[in-house]
Amino acid sequence: MESTEAHAPMREELRLRFADVVRQRAERPTRVVAPLTAQHAGAPAARRFHYRLADGAFHSLALGFALSVLVITVVIGVVLWRQSAAARAAFGWSFLWTSTWDPVFMHFGALPFMYGTLATAAIALAIAVPLGVGASICLAELLPRHVADWLTFLVELLVAVPSVIYGLVGLFVLVPLMRSVGGPVSELLGFVPFFRGPVYGIGLLTAGVLLAFMTVPFIVAISREVLLAVPQTQRDGALALGATRWETIRHVVLPYARSGILGSVFLALARALGETMAVTMVIGNRPEIAASLFAPAHTMAAVLANEFTEATSDLYLSALIEIALVLFGITIVINAVARLLIAAVKSPHEASAA
Amino acid sequence: MNHHYLRRRLVERIMFATTVGATAVTLGVLFFLLGYLAWQGATSLSLDFFIHLPAPVGETGGGMANAIVGSGKLLLIAALIGVPVGFMGGVWLAEYGTGWLAGAVRYAADVLNGVPSIVIGVILYAVLVRPFGHFSTLAGGVALGLMMIPVAVRATEEFLRLVPGSLREAALALGAPKWIVIVRVVIPAGMRGIAAGLILALARVAGETAPLLFTALNNRFWSPGWSQPTASLPVMIFTYAIAPYEDWHRQAWAAGLVLLVLVLGANILARAALSRGGSPAAS
Repeated sequence: MESTEAHAPMREELRLRFADVVRQRAERPTRVVAPLTAQHAGAPAARRFHYRLADGAFHSLALGFALSVLVITVVIGVVLWRQSAAARAAFGWSFLWTSTWDPVFMHFGALPFMYGTLATAAIALAIAVPLGVGASICLAELLPRHVADWLTFLVELLVAVPSVIYGLVGLFVLVPLMRSVGGPVSELLGFVPFFRGPVYGIGLLTAGVLLAFMTVPFIVAISREVLLAVPQTQRDGALALGATRWETIRHVVLPYARSGILGSVFLALARALGETMAVTMVIGNRPEIAASLFAPAHTMAAVLANEFTEATSDLYLSALIEIALVLFGITIVINAVARLLIAAVKSPHEASAA
Repeated sequence: MNHHYLRRRLVERIMFATTVGATAVTLGVLFFLLGYLAWQGATSLSLDFFIHLPAPVGETGGGMANAIVGSGKLLLIAALIGVPVGFMGGVWLAEYGTGWLAGAVRYAADVLNGVPSIVIGVILYAVLVRPFGHFSTLAGGVALGLMMIPVAVRATEEFLRLVPGSLREAALALGAPKWIVIVRVVIPAGMRGIAAGLILALARVAGETAPLLFTALNNRFWSPGWSQPTASLPVMIFTYAIAPYEDWHRQAWAAGLVLLVLVLGANILARAALSRGGSPAAS
């Protein structure tokens, strides 16, 4: 496997360290620690007890930290559940499908935010999936390996760019661009409801496009890895049957990698749904459901960012926390699906490669 | 037959050209955006940015010295939480982690990793801000620390698993108790990868804005101690970018460039340490 070659220098280093350990033990025999086995039962009982105690202490320490990860995650769920109790009691399930958001009269429905979140994510995926899958095919199947490796390295760096920076560039580059391009488009295609209405530059479509470019690096990086995991024998078989390279990719490689690519799409979706800063900077932050893609909208994450510190009453705060709870629930489900899909495509290959 | 073959070759050409086009568009747009940031940032950056406080509203000039220090303090708290929990949690998963409990911890780490950063902010507001009645550096740092944990756990576990089992067996055969084996043999062997992973985790939270919005909030002045609101680079970028002043936009570009250089620099360093002469994607 590739990873063993990549870690060859590491192996060598490990071997050297191992030699060091052996030498240390040999040079200082008094510091050699006795094992807790039957043949060394002659060691002083006090020392054996001491070792067992230290072993147990270390194990407990590590276990404690590991459990704290579990506890933190559970506490997050519990806090969201309990803090949103007032809103759940006041509005029940209708919270999810009413669209009034009125802090003055204390009536809260989350539908405009859920619509905004889903619509921006849908626009983002509609752009990012074809681009990302196309680019990953190019990087995995076409380009020479060292060129593709470098380009992939650059793409992976883009994953690390903070979202507020995407928001900054989106606000000052994408928004003016949308404003100038959107007007003519709206005049030309105004008979379609999607493109009707005034163009402010900020709005649903701008947020979707920005999200597309934020999520595309995810799709490229993971899809390429999945494509590289497709066994070469599959390609060789198709080529030997007379398929062109494209037919091999289209009918053999892509179907083989399908669930892994789908997994990368779900991870991108999770990021798009939870994305806050970039979206809130370009979407316009208006809780309305409009048919036009150019209209300002709002998302669940954005409303939290905007209104949380302004929530003056307990019910208002509780309603916002319920939105966080919904967001939390959605991302748990989507992440779980994504991991199952990626695991499904990766594990059989690792088994066959070994 | 020949005609049919030519058609198939044509389809191949067209599709390959399309994928190359997709790659060019993806990389082209993204690097245009970053290049634009670098240009705007570089022309806005000056020494003042690093040594002065923000100018009062209406005045031009000033800098973000307090935000740079604030980000540093937030990251220090984040590291104090994220590194020990992530590291020891990863050690447990790699060395003791079998059975349903390990599965549960891994799944919890995955869930924590997927929680939107704004939701982490909501939690810390409910737990550390509201009960005390004021925003604080501490709450912001804890929020970032929580976000760091899952990444640190994963990296530690993965790199400890790369240490060959024979090394553990050899050390055990020499008579070392298990914890000595882990602390003196396994961890030092995997340390390079783990350190790189921890740096990547820290770089990830360094650019986070959403969890700070209602924990650390913002501050136009120095923030002494740990219990007052503090400025940070990401929140300053956000605040300045959406403000209506031209001069603040320049400051936001400058801050964006500084943040980007810090985050990408940490990423490149960590990856270089990992591959050390190998291909950059090997990590």
